[in-house]
Amino acid sequence: MHIISVLLILSCMLLLGSSRLHVAIRVVAAQGVLLGILPVIRSVDHLTAGIWILSVSTIVSKSVVLPWLMRICLRNAEIRREIEPFIGFGSSLIYGTGLLALAVWVTVRMHLAPGEAPAVLMTSSFFLVFVGLFILVTRRKAITQSLAYLVLENGVYGVGVSMSLDFPFIVELGILLDVFVGVFLMGNLLFHLDSEFEHMDVDKLTELSDVSESAAPAGKEIA
Amino acid sequence: MMLLLSIILVPVAVAVASYLIRSHRLRRTLWLAAAMGHLILSVLAAAVPEASPLGTWIGLDALSAIFLVLTSTLFLGATVYGIGYVAREPVAPQPDAEDGSLIRNEPESIFTGSILFLLATMSLAIISRNLALQWVAIEATTLASAPLIYYHRSRRSLEAAWKYLILCSVGIAMALLGIFFILMAVTSEPRDLTLAVLLQHAGALNHKWLSTAFIFMLVGYGTKMGLAPLHSWLPDAHSEAPSPVSALLSGALLNCAFLGILRMQQVCAAAGMAKFGGDLLVLFGLLSMGMAGVFILRQADYKRMLAYSSVEHMGILALGVGLGGIGLFGAFLHAVNHSVVKAMLFLTAGNLLARFHTKDTAKIRGACSVLPISGVLWIAGFLAITGSPPFGTFISEFTILRATLEQGRWIVTALYSLFLVLVFVGMSAIVLKMALGKSDESRTREPWTTVLPPLVFAVIALLLGVYLPAPLLDKLHTAAQLFGGPAQ
Repeated sequence: MHIISVLLILSCMLLLGSSRLHVAIRVVAAQGVLLGILPVIRSVDHLTAGIWILSVSTIVSKSVVLPWLMRICLRNAEIRREIEPFIGFGSSLIYGTGLLALAVWVTVRMHLAPGEAPAVLMTSSFFLVFVGLFILVTRRKAITQSLAYLVLENGVYGVGVSMSLDFPFIVELGILLDVFVGVFLMGNLLFHLDSEFEHMDVDKLTELSDVSESAAPAGKEIA
Repeated sequence: MMLLLSIILVPVAVAVASYLIRSHRLRRTLWLAAAMGHLILSVLAAAVPEASPLGTWIGLDALSAIFLVLTSTLFLGATVYGIGYVAREPVAPQPDAEDGSLIRNEPESIFTGSILFLLATMSLAIISRNLALQWVAIEATTLASAPLIYYHRSRRSLEAAWKYLILCSVGIAMALLGIFFILMAVTSEPRDLTLAVLLQHAGALNHKWLSTAFIFMLVGYGTKMGLAPLHSWLPDAHSEAPSPVSALLSGALLNCAFLGILRMQQVCAAAGMAKFGGDLLVLFGLLSMGMAGVFILRQADYKRMLAYSSVEHMGILALGVGLGGIGLFGAFLHAVNHSVVKAMLFLTAGNLLARFHTKDTAKIRGACSVLPISGVLWIAGFLAITGSPPFGTFISEFTILRATLEQGRWIVTALYSLFLVLVFVGMSAIVLKMALGKSDESRTREPWTTVLPPLVFAVIALLLGVYLPAPLLDKLHTAAQLFGGPAQ
């Protein structure tokens, strides 16, 4: 469990510091595998068929199908790198450490009773949520935004697992399906974004706005 | 139970069939049949209250019964309008009305299938009695409606659909965190998320966790409901979507997200924290009203004006529930009124757009002389949405005003009235100029599918102002009591 938590944190640092989108997709896929095996480790004594199904479908959807879709989008758009993020990659890393501290602070503030939830996993899950939000508002490429959403969802999923909440199987599957279809739709729109606007820069999506164009870059509205 | 299940399964079955059927005529007939069948099933389910045992996942109480019938009614109106709409849309690429670029519409089968999936997911969001299941359904509504917004496949609708999908998905992810926190608040076994169990053990809920959960869910579902300052996607999505879809998004879908917040407030009220949730709702409500008022004042696009008006009215709903007391009754009545009137306005706006080919308010004059029925409906809709008598909105907005007075919250009273006046002034300047005056265009006959649904909605809005049918009145009072409102 601790190893997974540390790997999750490292994967986020890699996301923050790398401009290569191929790397980012691979990192998010790896996160999917890590999170997919979490519930199995978590309840290793009483494994049910439901847990296995959930674990396998998480890994298949988050680490195989969605990354594959993203890679097709990337090839279509002929972009390799995230260029000129609103906050540079170096400084992103520094902010990243700040976010990690924030995640630790949140976990400590929660006053978890021992045995209630593994604090390390909780911290890394919150870190995932924060990093997802951070990337969402600071990067320009639409494809990075959909990856960021996936990271955010991974984080939320991690929080759920570390609280060891026993959701009914149907609900868990429903949540997974929603996330999957959501990112799938985003991927679908990405194709059109590329052909319509001939780029995937979200800050240029400003045709619809009531605020004067210079005042509000599109990314800001998300914050 | 079978009845409730069929409310979801009927639209799902027809949606799947719609993707597969090639014949336009058969698909449109099925669409209409599904809409009518859904309305009949909803009314039946609402009329025969079923005792839902503890721990059931789906069920109807007074609150969800109101929303279910409302959603179903709006969907039938949007269907009648929508069938005519898709039939008139050209299949070949056409120049976009706004910027002249060539656009090719989505295939009709995808449009029909998605709108039926939207109906199914909205129904599930309304009837689910389990907060996690409700979350799954509300997120699914976003997914079903995104292709609808992108129907025209223009640059503008693409931008709108993208913002909608990203912002709402992220928002709703926050709501899921909120749901986790509710489970942390549950101290007694079983840790269950069905509403009935939560309400039963509400006294034992940990207040610290519950308040955290409430904030996360308010932010999450508030994004989807269009509460300021998280509303930035709403004017884009609601103005770029085809008009029958806009009518559903504003009239029915916002209510579903509102219901998500209401369930949470219900749990808070049962746990003795009604004041905490209420104050937050009042704050967000006033903020939304003010923000919408400012943007309506200088609006150049009449569909965006309607979208901002939805933000305003969501603010009114949040305010009414936040105040509690008779404000609850006012808010639920207002939800009904707003949905009917806003659907009517968006459908009428669709008629104006189809005739004048512009969304620019400055370019339309004399709508009454060119489109006699839609022109009059446009003015009537404006009067109704701004809460003028004799429309139902007057009663509900006045009830909420009374709630602020009764509680002696003078600042809230003042701001509430100020914002209502602000919106009235802003909208009257835009709407009256569009409707009255002389136009160079010639008078046109209007197809019945485009005028009948808004006309019926207008009549309902008027009737609600004059007479509230006993079953509705009864349901409204029962719904208010769910939150500890006064028994009457």
